[in-house]
Amino acid sequence: MKDLTDLTIAEAREGLAERSFSAVELTQAHLAAIKSANRALNAFVLETPERALQMAETSDGRLAKGEGGALEGIPLGIKDLFCTKDVRTTACSHILDRFTPTYESTVTANLWDAGAVMLGKLNNDEFAMGSSNETSFYGEVVNPWRREGSDAPLVPGGSSGGSSAAVAARLCLGATATDTGGSIRQPAAFTGTVGLKPTYGRCSRWGIVAFASSLDQAGPITRTVRDSAIMLAAMAGHDPKDATSADIAVPDFGAAVGQGVKGLTIGIPKEYRVDGMAPEIEVLWQQGIAWLTEAGATIKDISLPHTMYALPSYYIVAPAEASSNLARYDGVRYGLREPGKDVISMYENTRESGFGAEVKRRVLIGTYVLSAGYYDAYYLKAQKVRTLIKRDFDQAFERVDAILTPTTPAPAFAAGEKSGDPLEMYLNDIFTVTVNMAGLPGISVPAGLSSEGTPLGLQVIGKAFDEETMFRVAQVVEDAAGLIAKPNDWWSKL
Amino acid sequence: MSVDRATVFRIARLARIAITDEEAKRLESELTGILDWVAQLDELDTSNVEPMTRVEAMTMKMREDEVTGGFKAADIVKNAPQEDDHYFVVPKIVE
Repeated sequence: MKDLTDLTIAEAREGLAERSFSAVELTQAHLAAIKSANRALNAFVLETPERALQMAETSDGRLAKGEGGALEGIPLGIKDLFCTKDVRTTACSHILDRFTPTYESTVTANLWDAGAVMLGKLNNDEFAMGSSNETSFYGEVVNPWRREGSDAPLVPGGSSGGSSAAVAARLCLGATATDTGGSIRQPAAFTGTVGLKPTYGRCSRWGIVAFASSLDQAGPITRTVRDSAIMLAAMAGHDPKDATSADIAVPDFGAAVGQGVKGLTIGIPKEYRVDGMAPEIEVLWQQGIAWLTEAGATIKDISLPHTMYALPSYYIVAPAEASSNLARYDGVRYGLREPGKDVISMYENTRESGFGAEVKRRVLIGTYVLSAGYYDAYYLKAQKVRTLIKRDFDQAFERVDAILTPTTPAPAFAAGEKSGDPLEMYLNDIFTVTVNMAGLPGISVPAGLSSEGTPLGLQVIGKAFDEETMFRVAQVVEDAAGLIAKPNDWWSKL
Repeated sequence: MSVDRATVFRIARLARIAITDEEAKRLESELTGILDWVAQLDELDTSNVEPMTRVEAMTMKMREDEVTGGFKAADIVKNAPQEDDHYFVVPKIVE
């Protein structure tokens, strides 16, 4: 039998149902993996083994009575952006490092209702602002993948770098993540995992530390497309506590997964062929097109003319909303307070000490673009550009059922390689950010390896609230690519 | 769009973040770089475009006007650095 940590969620569910192993055994196997790996990978910022074993015991009780939920006994990692009741939640920021929520986020509550087991809280870029997990107050996460013949640490992507590294290194069967500009899909592409950002409104944002409220969405990182569908089905659903959560029934995503692409039309946007894109990314993309054609899909060239404006408009909208959302961290309500000579200097000193450099940069940009006289020129302008980006997609989706693109313009880079220049780091999100700006669902599927032996991903973009078609396409890509090899374990031997 | 040192300090004051001279110097060039880069949006004529406010047209839902929570004062102040009898304690504001 496979190692318990090597199972997919779908396989683990079967094994648990057949009583081949218990939920406690499954959880113990993962706790042991975390223990031997975390010093090297730094994927978990908080391990909750006692709680995990307690939840697993409860799951075993339910499974024995045949009452198990959809994720009964499945051990998961939770990005530290999700508030977990009585369990420290920091967004990996110093300003929140003493914050213990008195409530549970809706998404995690949904997962626990479905029977899932929490192994701990996962590292991320501070307040989810970053593409390499290098901005975390708790230090960098190391990608379990390395370049062939090299020991140099690679980044796991970001902001959900703890989630992607933990899933790739077999420290959990799946993980929650959040995506504001690519923070689920880019780390998934860098680690050979499946990362899904649902349609805006599919998952409740209640209880998730807010970054940019009009863009933020929760989603899963898993090792297969089927597991992604299983997790999303449990996470999604209408929530009266989030006015932007959609009151739309959650479809049976699992049923869509195996339906194939016969009869579907897939769009290939010419604007995603950008300068500076690694040639092997183009080769991978062509391979993806060939796979879908062989599986019976029709390929159609499309144009999304405003693609190049998505990233600059994102860097107005996201910092503007972040500067508003992060105004609440004032030294009064959440843990950290640095004294000052009066109340204003107390605020200033607390935020100076509590926020890292990237967060400060974005709060300042956001404050600038929202300051008197600039609102129309920046924020309003960017929201109008969003309309144009969305219109591009609307017009394309009159002719196609889904869109295929690369997830990132290059494979995982080395730690420190891009942290000197914010703009260079931002360009990582060039293919993913359009999807957030338009509110659409997108999924990154591992599709091959780079010349360096590191994973590469293809992205499937669906129509709003049509994750089902997206899953159909993603499964065909996964089947054709074959599940890529897991990274060689060097981390548990350190 | 060039951001000068004085503007950096003014924004930092608005954002309630204390910054050092050294940070201000770095931010001056970083913020200028980012704002120059976003200026490419000026190429687009958006005079007849509505700003995007939602992904799909949805009507805001109304709920019954009833008590749904409350009496959670202890929860609310639980993470405060300083609290007293369910009040947040802050430095003196009025002399």
